[in-house]
Amino acid sequence: MTSTLAGQDALAATPQSGATTSQASRPRRFAGRFATSTTSSGTVPLTKPAGLGLGVAMIWFSLLTLIPLIAVLVETGSHGWGAFWDTVSTAQTASALGLTVLTALGVTAINMVIGTAIAWVLVRDEFFGKRLLEVIIDIPFALPTIVAGLVLLSLYGPGSPVGINVANTRTAVFLAFLFVTLPFVVRTVQPVLAELDRDVEEAAASLGASRLTTLRLIVLPSLVPAITAGAALSFARGMSEYGALVLLSGNLPGQTEVGSVRILSYLENGDTAAAAAVATVLLLVSLAVIVALDVISRRVARRG
Amino acid sequence: MRSHWLALPLAVVTAVVMSACVPAAVGSVGSSGISDDSGGASQVSIVGFAVAKAANDAAQAAFVAANPGHGVSWVTSYGASGDQSRAVVSGLDTDYVHLSLEPDVTRLVDAGLVAPTWNAGPTKGIASTSVVVLAVRKGNPKHITGWDDLLRPDVKIVTPNPGSSGSARWNILAAYGSVLAKGGDEQAAADYLRGFFRNVAALPGSGRDATTAFASGTGDVLVSYENEAILARQSGQDFDYVVPDSTLLIENPAAVTVDASPAARAYLTFVLSPAGQQIFAAKGFRPVLDGVDVGAVAGANDPAQPFPAPKVLQTIDNPFGGWAAANEKFFGDAGLVTSIQAETGKS
Amino acid sequence: MSSLEGWLAVAERSTTRYVLRVIVIVYLALLVGWPVWLVIQHTFGNGLEALRAALSDVFVVFSLKLTLAVALQAVLLNTVFGVGVSLLLARYTFPGKRALSALVDLPLSVSPVVVGLALILVYGPRDGWFGAWLHERGFEVIFSAPGMIMATAFVSLPLVIREVVPVLQERGIDEEQAAASLGATPLQSFWRITLPAIKWALVYGVVLTFARALGEFGAVKIVSGNLVGRTQTATLLVEQKYQDFAQSTAYATAFLLAAVSVACITVVTVLRKDHAGTRSTKHASASAKKRGGQ
Repeated sequence: MTSTLAGQDALAATPQSGATTSQASRPRRFAGRFATSTTSSGTVPLTKPAGLGLGVAMIWFSLLTLIPLIAVLVETGSHGWGAFWDTVSTAQTASALGLTVLTALGVTAINMVIGTAIAWVLVRDEFFGKRLLEVIIDIPFALPTIVAGLVLLSLYGPGSPVGINVANTRTAVFLAFLFVTLPFVVRTVQPVLAELDRDVEEAAASLGASRLTTLRLIVLPSLVPAITAGAALSFARGMSEYGALVLLSGNLPGQTEVGSVRILSYLENGDTAAAAAVATVLLLVSLAVIVALDVISRRVARRG
Repeated sequence: MRSHWLALPLAVVTAVVMSACVPAAVGSVGSSGISDDSGGASQVSIVGFAVAKAANDAAQAAFVAANPGHGVSWVTSYGASGDQSRAVVSGLDTDYVHLSLEPDVTRLVDAGLVAPTWNAGPTKGIASTSVVVLAVRKGNPKHITGWDDLLRPDVKIVTPNPGSSGSARWNILAAYGSVLAKGGDEQAAADYLRGFFRNVAALPGSGRDATTAFASGTGDVLVSYENEAILARQSGQDFDYVVPDSTLLIENPAAVTVDASPAARAYLTFVLSPAGQQIFAAKGFRPVLDGVDVGAVAGANDPAQPFPAPKVLQTIDNPFGGWAAANEKFFGDAGLVTSIQAETGKS
Repeated sequence: MSSLEGWLAVAERSTTRYVLRVIVIVYLALLVGWPVWLVIQHTFGNGLEALRAALSDVFVVFSLKLTLAVALQAVLLNTVFGVGVSLLLARYTFPGKRALSALVDLPLSVSPVVVGLALILVYGPRDGWFGAWLHERGFEVIFSAPGMIMATAFVSLPLVIREVVPVLQERGIDEEQAAASLGATPLQSFWRITLPAIKWALVYGVVLTFARALGEFGAVKIVSGNLVGRTQTATLLVEQKYQDFAQSTAYATAFLLAAVSVACITVVTVLRKDHAGTRSTKHASASAKKRGGQ
């Protein structure tokens, strides 16, 4: 999650260049890890110690992350396309994957709107207790997922004080996804919104543009990359959720079972091949999201 | 407010030192567990099926009380029987296993982890028994009295997943056997299972997972062990259970591994003794020995007579011809249940 | 604009602002605020009794200590790796840099269950690619602490990097180059210049990693074997206690875990805002100066 601090640091580092820095730093922070020609920090080719460091880092990274993930793909591949398709197309698994994707998409759509609204209120509005909202937004990220399940169960489960009981329904799955993906769009949009130069908006207002027009033509376009990146993260997070669903959704076959639950179920039944097959599907989605994020950051960096 | 440049490196060093220390501290807690202080700590690790935890915990406490002077600490893991058995085969270290059905131990014998003579004793290796019962909501609002009611369209069944759970396999065989007991043939029994799976609302991973699902509101009837229903009621869960006219005798095997410590072997002997069986009975299991004074069992339908004899009590040998045959016929790759699950889309 | 139109425009702005504020507050209250409040109520329903009972359970205490130990070691690994990789990505060019940068983000979008499966496939004691070899030499990864630490490190890998890299990029290498030209060794330059510059980003990244590590559930469930008293972490214990009809212990432990994570995040958020506050006043006066100058 990008931090507001990075932007503020940049502004403080070069106090003389005011507006120019903010424009250059906005896409740059968003660009994440890509140094662009607009920065004064050049990058240099590897020195020997740096090369050594890179080697060690790559070994650790491979042992921890790359090789295990490749093992999942290899495991699926070793059983052939036929076995893969057989697993993924069983009614129960297909239903689980379908539910996962659709719910993640729905939740992402909602997050894009409400997340931007929350970021707006956090940045542009001032009222007593706003800091509490900041903490509340970070709670779903900090909370262990199994605890998130307990938390949602207390208001939306059998013991609910207002009598809403959606445990073991698809609504519960939707709620769980909504809960765990809350911070993503907010936290990507917030720093960008904070950095936006109000001058242009004020100029538009003085020229007679309505609030809506200003929003549509000036503010939103600058926010689109941030919203999209947040949406990608939110989608990926939703797709991979497991812990919050354990106690809340009942994992009913064909009803409220999601992809990650299928994987665990296959594992417990000793069917590693099928588990790897479903895992491959989820993994490919994750990879697609990462690639999308990469494309967005490059596009933004180029524009900056 | 400029902080001293030393602050950060100091913080890092603290973190390194702390994280090196904490595992040491954690390690020493791990080896104390439930133990008495008289020296010579020996550790017994137990891998068991999900539903047996409470009974084993109680038996462990009694064992330690009955054997002062040998400090024993326990490391235990409970989960779906099939899953646990496979975990042990793939490297989960253990001294003692208490699993739901015999094939889960046979798997360990085949892997060389348990001696082939494990079931040569007087109880044939069985450490606890029970029967399959139907747990229903308090007051039995859907009036479920037997296996036939499970096929009604308004009844939703919760039973664990036969792929991972031992409980599930006992349940399914009991259901199948109930049709045979009434004089039906194998075709009728297979049709019954089809209807059964059609009504299945959830297939949780283990027997305990199924109880939790039922307790959280899923389904109208939970097919489970009698001891699980009794334990749940002892723990404050609000449901009733019905012992159907025809049911299956559940026999749970226990064994020690080839390199188990003497303490583990002593524990097995204790479990198989009348004292051990009494403790298991208090948690709802039916004793494997004759003549064990069971006393009143809280949570049973009738605490004074906790273990009523069902009208028809089948066993895995009769009519199923033993687990090897039954596993092959029902749960193998070409098994009846496997194909019914595929047909009804519930796996 | 006439004064009436002006007044209407302002009123419209404040209504929209007010409405938006209410929508946001209600949404957050219903989704997060109220449920969390209910859990707190649930935990403290009998006063401190539930907490006291939970903490007197030897296995609860053990699981909390184990979670802490695993989380700290994962944080340490990820901090060292994170700072190193951030420096590499921000300061150097090398072939495959873009791929590395994208791949480092991968753990954020991978399901923890997939992580567990992946680690078992490679480090499983019987059939794992490396696991079998390690098992023969007596080194256990799965069903033991190293596997849990690896799983936890895996899922929280990118968090430090995502915080530190942007700061390093903004900062530029001017100061470091100056230091080098004045004779500072790379280590001195790192210690005295780079590290203080990324201090806050690093702290925030470390705290996020810690919170994430404390809360890991799915991956650890698969690789740990759930050995009570040896590899059962607090999150696994919460699930077990809930299923063992010991709900109040489950809630109490859940509350403890949540309280620690949320406390960390809150403290750092507050500190960050304070810190950013002083910075932004500097900026405000600087840009005011600039505007005044024009």
